[in-house]
Parts: sequence; structure tokens; C-alpha cells
Amino acid sequence: MSILIENARVIDPASGLDAIAPLCIQGSEILAVGAIPDGFEPRRRIDAAGRWLFPGVIDLSAHLREPGEEHKATIASETQAAARGGITTVVVSPDTMPPIDSPAEVELISRRAEQGCGVRVLTIGALTRGLNGEQLAEMAALKRAGVVGVGNARHPLASPLVLRRAMEYAATFELMVSLSAQDASLAGSGCVHEGAVSTRLGLAGIPEAAETAALGSILALVEQTGARVHVNRLSTRRGAEMIAKARADGLPVSADVAAHQLFLTEMDVADFNPLCHVMPPLRTQRDREGLRAAVARGDISAICSDHQPHESDSKLGPFAETRPGISGLETLLPLTLRLVEEDLLPLSAALERLTAGPAGILGHNGGCLKPGAPADFVVFDPEAVHEITPESWLSAGANSPFIGWTFSGQVRETWVAGRPAWNLPAEDSA
Amino acid sequence: MIAVAHPASQLPRAGPLPNSLQLTSDGRLQHLLTVEGLSRDLLSEILDTAESFANMNEKAVKKVPLLRGKTIVNLFFEASTRTRTTFELAAKRLSADVLNINVSTSSAVKGESLLDTLRNLEAMNVDMFVVRHQQSGAAHFMARHVEPGISVLNAGDGRHGHPTQALLDMFTIRRHKGDFTRLKIAIVGDILHSRVARSQIHALNILQAGEVRVVAPYSLLPAHVEDLGVHVYHNLEQGLRDVDVVIMLRLQRERMEHAHLPSEHEYFQLFGLTQRRLHLAKPDCLVMHPGPANRGVEIDSAVADGAQSVILQQVTYGIAVRMAVMSMVMGVRGA
Repeated sequence: MSILIENARVIDPASGLDAIAPLCIQGSEILAVGAIPDGFEPRRRIDAAGRWLFPGVIDLSAHLREPGEEHKATIASETQAAARGGITTVVVSPDTMPPIDSPAEVELISRRAEQGCGVRVLTIGALTRGLNGEQLAEMAALKRAGVVGVGNARHPLASPLVLRRAMEYAATFELMVSLSAQDASLAGSGCVHEGAVSTRLGLAGIPEAAETAALGSILALVEQTGARVHVNRLSTRRGAEMIAKARADGLPVSADVAAHQLFLTEMDVADFNPLCHVMPPLRTQRDREGLRAAVARGDISAICSDHQPHESDSKLGPFAETRPGISGLETLLPLTLRLVEEDLLPLSAALERLTAGPAGILGHNGGCLKPGAPADFVVFDPEAVHEITPESWLSAGANSPFIGWTFSGQVRETWVAGRPAWNLPAEDSA
Repeated sequence: MIAVAHPASQLPRAGPLPNSLQLTSDGRLQHLLTVEGLSRDLLSEILDTAESFANMNEKAVKKVPLLRGKTIVNLFFEASTRTRTTFELAAKRLSADVLNINVSTSSAVKGESLLDTLRNLEAMNVDMFVVRHQQSGAAHFMARHVEPGISVLNAGDGRHGHPTQALLDMFTIRRHKGDFTRLKIAIVGDILHSRVARSQIHALNILQAGEVRVVAPYSLLPAHVEDLGVHVYHNLEQGLRDVDVVIMLRLQRERMEHAHLPSEHEYFQLFGLTQRRLHLAKPDCLVMHPGPANRGVEIDSAVADGAQSVILQQVTYGIAVRMAVMSMVMGVRGA
């Protein structure tokens, strides 16, 4: 179907466009932006005056819990939550049950996603068999099945040698390696940042060095092997500085950060708030400022949701016994736009970290509004003010410390492949 | 080696910890979860109340009817002799009915959650839980989830806190030394894993103790320990100099297995309290230990049993302090 959307403020960070402009859609792709091609006869015209229109958000790190933990969430429930949050592509971690270590799991997830609301679900395949950290997974088969990269989620690798071999093997097939930087032995049984708060609360801490020591090994091996590595969910200022230096030195590395790390700190854990139990842990205010600065400079090129929905029992218990994770799909875009309100970076740069930034990491043709790109975009009402309430929450996991926060602006419509995946219900319209 | 030399009062606070959970809206004690954040007045009130019970405990009839008809459950997820029995005696001397439940770690493995345990006991119309648990924050968790009107007393949670122990230590120090503002106190040993030390440090700072020192190798000190309001020493001789009170902490055997220390032998050589070292402190320095002491590991028997030791008095006073806390959270005044 051909559609013309008129009068919106179109913001496309990839091309630098920010103007009131028409957007022409033909089938599942963008036909033109800025000018209406001769002879284009839209079947449908949409007046989007007063709205913003920008590319759909690409979330590099989410857990949708399917297969294996459907009591927490399903692909159907979570893709709906993603669409509500302006997310059009979700990249899932390989630590499902069973892990994504063979084409069967990749195909299962794709099939489930096709039955959903339309949001695209991409997969990171396992780096090692069953994420056991010892034997390599069949990466060539995973690549043929469609994974966008390989990684070991938060499961440790047996040795730096395994990491080296895995990087070399992945590089053979030009597969991106997505890694979490956390040294398992230094992290130990820690559940919060090691610092003033862990000391006061008597909780086992995870030192900053758990991230920087792991990152040091990763960067040394990137230099050795030339593998393309993406570091998932940084949590420390020093870690961000190490990434910045490695990029300046020309290493093929990139990094992302979870949105909650840009707003919360270890102080939010006090006293024993299980909603702020996340992995990697919330760190210090200094770390938060360092991560924010790295996002503003572009050293961290993507902000992700690190979505980890849980059933309520997972968060009911003494702090260390609760499961880590925040349900983040519905707050990724609102939190990122709040960085603009707080003058950390311009609107176009903030949107870039959610669209062209992650698309670049994936080597993906989306995340932009160029002709020929997929028609994945968001229609946004910048004037609305909305409070995140438990009633309007769509994710099956209500484990968010941001429920009750009020944000300015609201997603009105999320389109994927030229079709609406989400429309704001009329009663919620401002 | 004195690593930090600025007074506790000038230390920046890391930020407010919400303390409202354990207080009623008019500022009375509803639960006792942590010492942190208690006011000096409230802490003094607990000690004053304990004083009246301590006098009563020395009499022939040691029982008052303050908590008659109340049911108190001692819910212990970790082994304990001293703490559990003194809580039990305290409850009985207040005429409450006491139920002791020792939940072995194996039944936690069976899958009953702390919340399930709590709900089942609540169904028996309990008035107060005394809880010891291996996880920091367990008492906070229970206080957040109990029915209104039920009190929770923290009898030790993980590495976080052991408020009644700290209060009985303060009681012991006050009985012997009076004014805290002139006192120098050294806490020696495994601060990293010690809930007792954390609660003692908070209590001493609330009572405006002159100087609080911790003495330990770096491997047994938590990160940013100085933010709690202490001066850090790594040498026992220097740490003991001119102190009025020395508190020795128990050293667990497993610290050797997890590479915190090389051996008990080397630990005793460097950090063990001997009569010779005690001479470096003030002549009337009190020797305290929350028990059970490892003789020959952190403390020499001659010191533990010596004239300056008040280790057994700490146990005796534990009953009065726990009676005070139990009566205050139940909203009744002292003896």
C-alpha cells in the first residue's frame, strides 16, 4: 500500500534531516522523504501536523523470555510493549532456555515474532555450546539461520584462550561478537556495586575492576584477532574511557549502555530496593556522569533497554536472593529523550543513539528514513505529558523503578514495515 | 599507618538512607532493623529503658507482666545460641509467649520462601518476629511485608546489621565509662564480613564517641569504610594506643579459604589481642567481644578472662537491652 504522511517534523539522524517534510511509503519500504516523487498516488494520506516522525528504535539488548521462561513474559507480550515504547527492532540475548545455540531456536523465535504485532526480533546466537563457556557453538550454522552476532550473554568463558578462539572463529564468518564485560571471579557473588552503599548495606559488592579487567582482556584480544566486538551494557566511567581510547586507536569495537544506568546509581539500591537490583550493578554518580558524557560524545554509540521482565515473585525476597533486571522496553525512548531535556545532547544525537547508532553496530540498513530503508518509524506527540502507570504498562514484567515517573512526549504510533504495530488508545490521548 | 585522619563529624555522608520503615509517624520505634538513622534521643531512651530492666534482672523476682498475652516468634535461619537464648529470656521476663523456630538452610532449599514462612506464622496471630537470616536486608524485607501492628526485630542479617548487639555493647560501655564524647574506641578484625561492626560504628557515631577506629588488613575492610565515620588503622599497636575500649571481632575459619588471609597464625601475630599489646591502651581500657571468641586466634585467653574483660557482662546486659527494645516496639514503658 502507498501512504503519504504529511506535515510532521521529520527527524532522521542518519541524514541530518530535521524539517517539516512529507514521507512517502510504498509497501514495506520508504519511497521518498522531503519531496513527493512525480506520479506518486498515495492510497492513504495522513496529516501528522504537530507530531514528530523519526526512525523506529533499535534495541540491542533485551530478554523476551521465550523460549523457556514464558511464566515471566512471551514474545507476543514483549513485542507489544516494545511497539508501545517506539521500538521497531529488538535484539534478543542468547540466554533463553534452551540457549540460542542452534538454528532451531533461531527459527522458533522468528516464527513466534511473526505471530506478534510486527516488531522485528533479531537474535544473538550463542558463542559457546549451551553457553557453557568451553566448546564453540556452530556459528556458521547460526549465521545461516540469521543471527546478527554471537555472544555468551552473562555466562563466563572458561579462559581467555576460549575467547580468543571464539573471536577468531566468528571473524571467519564476519560475525559480530557481542560481549558483556564482567570478570566472573572478581564479581563473585556480588549483587551491587562495591562502594559506599555495599559497605553500609552489608551486601557483597562487584568492584569496578570486574568490568575493567574483563574489558582489558577483550580489547587485547580484539587487537590480536581483529574480530569485530560489541561490548554490551557498560556500567563504569573507566570502562567507557577504555572503549573511547580503543576506538580512537582504530580498534573495531563499539559499546552500548542500558538506559537505567544513565539515571540511577548505587544510592537507589538503598534501602534494599529489589527493583534496582540489576546486572551489571548500578554504580556511582561519577560513573553515571561518565557514561552520560560517553553517550554525548558518541563513544558509546547506542543506548539499550537491557529489558529483563520478571514475575513478581522474582523480586520478593531479601535483596541478594531477588533476580536482577529491570523491565525496560517501555522506558528506553522516554528516558533517552529526557537526556535531551536535561541538555546532555541534542535531540537528533539522542535519537541517533537509538536508531542509526545501533543500526551501524548491526551493519543493518534500518535505523534511518532513507529511500529503500524499511518503513519502520515512530509518530510522536511532543506536547503530551504522560505518567508511566501500572495500568498502562504492557510488558508482562512490571519490575520497573520508573513506574510512577512522568515524561514529556508520547509515542502515538509505531510503524513496522509500512504497517502500524501500535496505536495509542484514544482514551490515553492527551 | 594511619590512612585517614579527619574527624568523623566532617565526613561527607553518602546520602540519606530512608529510615522511616522502623519508626511510627510520631517517631516511636515500630521495628528495630538497623541502628543507622536512629536519633541520639531514641538511642539513649533505649539504653535508659534497659537500665531499669537491668536493675530488675538483679532482683529475686525477674518477671514483669508488660507483654502478657503477646506472642513472640524467634525465627532463626542461622545457628545462634547466645542471641537466641537472650531474646528468649528477655521475652519470658516480659511475660510474653515465645516460640522458637530454627529454620535450617535445608528447608529453604525445599522451596519455602521467606515470605511463605512469614505468612504462615502470621496466620497464628503473632505480635513480634525476632529474625536472624544469612541475607542482608532480610529484616527490612519482613518489615515491609508483615501485617500492620506486627513488629520485626533484626537479630542479625547477613553482613548488614545486628542492632541489639550494638545496643548492648553501648549499654556496657556506658555503664563503665559514662560520657561517650571523650572515648576512643577501637574495633579490631574482620570488619568486611561483620554486621556487628557496622551496627557498632553507627551507634558510636550517633552517641558522638570521641574517636572510632577500625584495625584490620585491607583484605578485611569493606570499600570506603571511612565513609561510615571511622579512622582506619592497619597496625594493632598504633590502633590500640590510648583507647578506652577495644572490641575484638570473631575471625571465621573460612577467611583463609577465600584468600582474605594467609593463616590464623599470622593473623594472631599481627592482630591478636595479648596482654602485652593491651598495655598500649589506657590502663582501664575495656576489652569486649561479641562472642563466641576464638581464643588464640583473635584474642589470648588471658585477656578474654582477664580483669579488663567485660565479655560476660555483655551477655548479661543483652537480656535487659532486648527487654527494652521489645517493650518499646510494643508500645509499653519500662519496668
